[in-house]
Amino acid sequence: MASVPMHQGLLLAGILFALGLTGLLVRRNVVFILMSLEIMLNAAGLAFVVAGSRWGQPDGQIVFIFILTMAAAEVSVGLALVLQIYRRFKTLDVDAASEMRG
Amino acid sequence: MFHLVWLIPAFPIASFLVLAIFGTRLSKKAVPLFGVGSIALSAVVSILIMFRFLTSPPPGNHYTQILWTWVDVGGFKPQIAFYLDALSVLMTLVVTCVGFLIHLYSAEFMQEDEGYSRFFAYMNLFVASMCTLLLGNNLLLLFLGWEGVGLCSYLLIGFWYRDPANGLAARKAFIVTRVGDTAMTMGLFLLFDKLGTLQIQDLMHQALLHWAVGSPYAVAAALLLLGGAVGKSAQLPLQTWLPDAMAGPTPTSALIHAATMVTAGVYLIARTHILFSLAPSAQFAVAVVGAATLILAGFSALTQPDIKRILAYSTISQIGYMFLALGVGAWSAALFHFMTHAFFKALLFLGAGVIIESLHHEHNIFKMGGLRKELPLAFWTFLAAGCSLAGLPLITAGFYSKGLIIWDTWSSAQGSHVLWFAAVIGVLLTSLYTFRLIFVVFFGEVKTPVHKRPGLRMMVPCVILAVLSVVGGFLDTPPFLGGVHSFTDFMHLALPVMTEGPAGGMTEILSESFVTLAFLVGLYLAYFFYVQKREYAEKLTAPAIGKALHQFWLSDWGMDWLYERVFVRPIIWIARVDKQDFVDNIYSGMALLTEFCYRGVRKTETGRIRWYAAGIAAGSIIFVAIVLFL
Amino acid sequence: MILVWLIVILLVAGVLAGFAGRVNTLWPRVISLVAVSIDFVLSLILWSENSSRVQLFPQRKWIEQVDWTWIPRFGIHFHLAMDGLSLLLIVLTFLLGIMSVLISWKEIQKGVGFFHFNLMWILAGILGVFLAVDLFLFYFAWELMLVPMYFLIAIWGHERRIYAAVKFFLFTQLSGLLMLIAILTLYFTHHRETGVYSFEYKDLLGTVLTPHTAMLVMLGFFVAFAVKLPMFPFHTWLPDAHTEAPTAGSVILAGLLLKTGAYGMLRFVVPLFPDAAHAFAPVAMTLAVIGIVYGAVLAFGQTDLKRLVAYTSVSHLGFVLLGIFAWNELALQGALIGMIAHGISTGALFMLVGGLQERTHTREMDRLKGLWATVPVMSGTMLFFALASIGLPGLGDFVGEFLTLLGTYRVSIGLTLVAAIGILISTLYALKVIQRALHGPNTHEWSIPDLGARELLIMIPMMLILLWLGLYPQPVLRTFEPAMHKLQEYAKPHPVLTLNPSVRALSYNGRLPEIKGK
Repeated sequence: MASVPMHQGLLLAGILFALGLTGLLVRRNVVFILMSLEIMLNAAGLAFVVAGSRWGQPDGQIVFIFILTMAAAEVSVGLALVLQIYRRFKTLDVDAASEMRG
Repeated sequence: MFHLVWLIPAFPIASFLVLAIFGTRLSKKAVPLFGVGSIALSAVVSILIMFRFLTSPPPGNHYTQILWTWVDVGGFKPQIAFYLDALSVLMTLVVTCVGFLIHLYSAEFMQEDEGYSRFFAYMNLFVASMCTLLLGNNLLLLFLGWEGVGLCSYLLIGFWYRDPANGLAARKAFIVTRVGDTAMTMGLFLLFDKLGTLQIQDLMHQALLHWAVGSPYAVAAALLLLGGAVGKSAQLPLQTWLPDAMAGPTPTSALIHAATMVTAGVYLIARTHILFSLAPSAQFAVAVVGAATLILAGFSALTQPDIKRILAYSTISQIGYMFLALGVGAWSAALFHFMTHAFFKALLFLGAGVIIESLHHEHNIFKMGGLRKELPLAFWTFLAAGCSLAGLPLITAGFYSKGLIIWDTWSSAQGSHVLWFAAVIGVLLTSLYTFRLIFVVFFGEVKTPVHKRPGLRMMVPCVILAVLSVVGGFLDTPPFLGGVHSFTDFMHLALPVMTEGPAGGMTEILSESFVTLAFLVGLYLAYFFYVQKREYAEKLTAPAIGKALHQFWLSDWGMDWLYERVFVRPIIWIARVDKQDFVDNIYSGMALLTEFCYRGVRKTETGRIRWYAAGIAAGSIIFVAIVLFL
Repeated sequence: MILVWLIVILLVAGVLAGFAGRVNTLWPRVISLVAVSIDFVLSLILWSENSSRVQLFPQRKWIEQVDWTWIPRFGIHFHLAMDGLSLLLIVLTFLLGIMSVLISWKEIQKGVGFFHFNLMWILAGILGVFLAVDLFLFYFAWELMLVPMYFLIAIWGHERRIYAAVKFFLFTQLSGLLMLIAILTLYFTHHRETGVYSFEYKDLLGTVLTPHTAMLVMLGFFVAFAVKLPMFPFHTWLPDAHTEAPTAGSVILAGLLLKTGAYGMLRFVVPLFPDAAHAFAPVAMTLAVIGIVYGAVLAFGQTDLKRLVAYTSVSHLGFVLLGIFAWNELALQGALIGMIAHGISTGALFMLVGGLQERTHTREMDRLKGLWATVPVMSGTMLFFALASIGLPGLGDFVGEFLTLLGTYRVSIGLTLVAAIGILISTLYALKVIQRALHGPNTHEWSIPDLGARELLIMIPMMLILLWLGLYPQPVLRTFEPAMHKLQEYAKPHPVLTLNPSVRALSYNGRLPEIKGK
């Protein structure tokens, strides 16, 4: 099995992370923000997997499973919040929910 | 007998407590019973003590009664103790006896006043404090009495408190005298620091041991005590409070602001005479202050239209004589004048009170006139006192006491001819303003009708005092008029004999002749301007210079004006400007700075999640960059 | 043991009063009154027992003490001890405590239970401050007074109560932190020198510090106490706190909390750092004198009666500070009498002003004109206490001020003169009060009830005590005397620092490197 060079894997992870971050910053819809967050989490997971395969250790994959679990939990909470936000503000625009400004 | 001395202040204190606590519940009859009765008891005790002192004097001619130790700290051990010697016995006797007569007078004078019991409470407290002042054996106890009389003076000047003007006059009196008291306290600190005691006799003894004549400490201490004396006795430059103090009830003016309290300064200097002998320059200052005051106040008295203010300036001027006597070392002459002055000046005030009462509270002498026939008894007693004040030769007490001072001013080793001349001019002025007052008030046509005549309780004290103002002088007469020396001899039990200097061609009889001449000139001028040619008096003030001078003297040589600008206004200004306290601005500034920072940082708290995310990202990048590249 | 009881009674009474407040408003008052009265009687018994004992055992250090180990690891003890100084201040504490409960009887109507809880706990804290000789415990008590006082001002105060309470809290808390740092520095220095961890006052007394460190550590203590005192220029919290606090709060603030500052100076600043305190004395005394004059001038400028009285405290406590730093027998005794007399006279003035505010709902002097006509007894009482506060001879304040100045005169003539002028200015404000509020025509036509039986019950004892202090202060002076001599003994200049270098090198064998080269 031809292994992918590490730098390519990390580059992909970096690109995915940057894409996720950009999405997080530019989108105002909460659902998109959550999706961007997922992309960033997966980017981080990918980086772990790449690193794990590079050194032939299982730790990378273990951490990825952790990240998956956490992401699932986070999404469930996040979606619950999205529902609440929608119910309260009748929109999915996060900037509308800026009530905590000082 | 002497151990009863504590009763002298104790009776009035007890009566003060009764009147202060139950005063409003006592009947109008019971109030004078306590108020006057307590002073009568004190007077009886002082008479008994005086009698005993004359018949069988205590060993060493002094007696000390120690009641308890007041404070005992680190060598500072003042006691509550009373000291009797010729000086304190004499002054206590005068204070309690004259005080009793004035209290008796007040029992009728103040009868209609709503503050009847309050008045007697204050007056009794005054007598108690005054006796403590006179009898205290240490300067701290003397100071207690000193402040106590000041307080009573304050309370009584402002007795009719509804009128704010009275309150202002009272405040002025208290504050001005307290200026002097501040100097006096510094004097006490100095004396204790250098000599280690405040017990007067020990102090004088130590001063003699440790200080040479002219020692700077002695001079400083004497001058600081003089500061206190000048404040209390209304001498230059702190005399401004006394004329205003006339806002108080007239018996108060008679007792406190004429006969007793204002002579406390004289007592203080006489009491510490050894200190002043050690400080010739300070003693000379006393003489100069006295001479200057007696002249300046004499001029001011010439122009006043208010009967009580005339008498107030006259008091200032007469105390000037006493200071002059002290300054030239004529200790017993000063005390002699104190005694006669207490008689005639108290009477003048009581007479003025009768006049004012009977004319609907009229104070202006130019609205009075012809009272000789309306109030004959008041006229005759007032005339006796006036003659005594002016120094009518041969028969009045004032002539003998003042003549003695004037002769001593010339003949004393510390005297001088300039001071003598000033004192003789003073006689002329005294005679002039006294007879101006008498002629205007009692002669001419009636201007305001009399609506009320005084009763027995008011007139009996006047008559007694009138007798005393005449016969009081025969206790001590010059050699060519009998040469009685009983008063001087008595005072010499406590005070040293004056050292005589070269007479320089003057004799006592010549000096007395000059005094008589000055008296006659004053009398004639008063007769000329106020009986013969009234219009001349007005002509004098018509030209600009006459008017200006009149105004100047009327306002007491502009001293109030000056003090108002130099002291009063700046303090009020500072207090008003700094009402909010500058220092607080520092802390408010710190608070403002904190708030300003808070406002700045608060702007980043937008509540927008994406901004926060961007912040986290940017922060991480910067952090990583720093770690990587630095 | 009795010392612990004194505190425990207050703490328990506070909790009980807090719960009783749920039942009705009477019980908390009664519980507090009984508790403080018991303590007052106990303290009087202590005093009367001790007045004979002082004579018998002059060398005995503490009259009473309790020493329990608290946190042995850090050398922290629960150590309470009492000498003449603490005894007198404790008697004053309970006296004013009783008065504060009585004066609040009518004034406080909401949250009565919690109010009395706070009152009792403040008193307990003050007691702890006066008794603690373990510096950790002292700091603990110092902070314990603070919080209930904050609530007292913030809940039961007047219009600007929150501002005043926060200001009070910030000033005292921040300065308290400085003291904490100073205490810890001292603690660690002591450990470095001796190898023993101890917060014990007596152990720390001999701690040798370099002059520089000593000055800094001393300043840490000094600032904490100076803020409480309050000394110019740290006085600005005081007028706000006093003015806005309820009457009982003002009485306790002026009568007791300020005294804790003076107590701290006497007990800690000078004995712990004799040399630094000596070097610093001219500055402290100058600031004290500035405070005397400045406080009096500010008081003169006020139109709010309560604020005026508050500023007089700045002036009076200036005398106390002056006396403490003059540090001779006369001045110290003067400072002590001054503290007690000020507690009573100013406390009484606050009560009277509080009474006036209760009746007229104003503190502005111009609105109060001519009260003598309607409330002669109250006016007479006010006159009495106003005269006491300007140092009229025969009343307590005079003895304090006179002795202080007499002692100060030996140290500095100039400062004595300025302070004496300060007394003169005090006449101005006292007469202003009388003139503006009591005298004059009753133009606003006030017709208000005069002092009632409860108020007379408060005022008469206080008047008698002031007279007693003014005419026969000897019992108080005698009680303080042994304690004062002990303090003076501790504060003797350190022998180490006065010996010449060679002797020092011999006796300490170079064990104290930080002294070298200084």
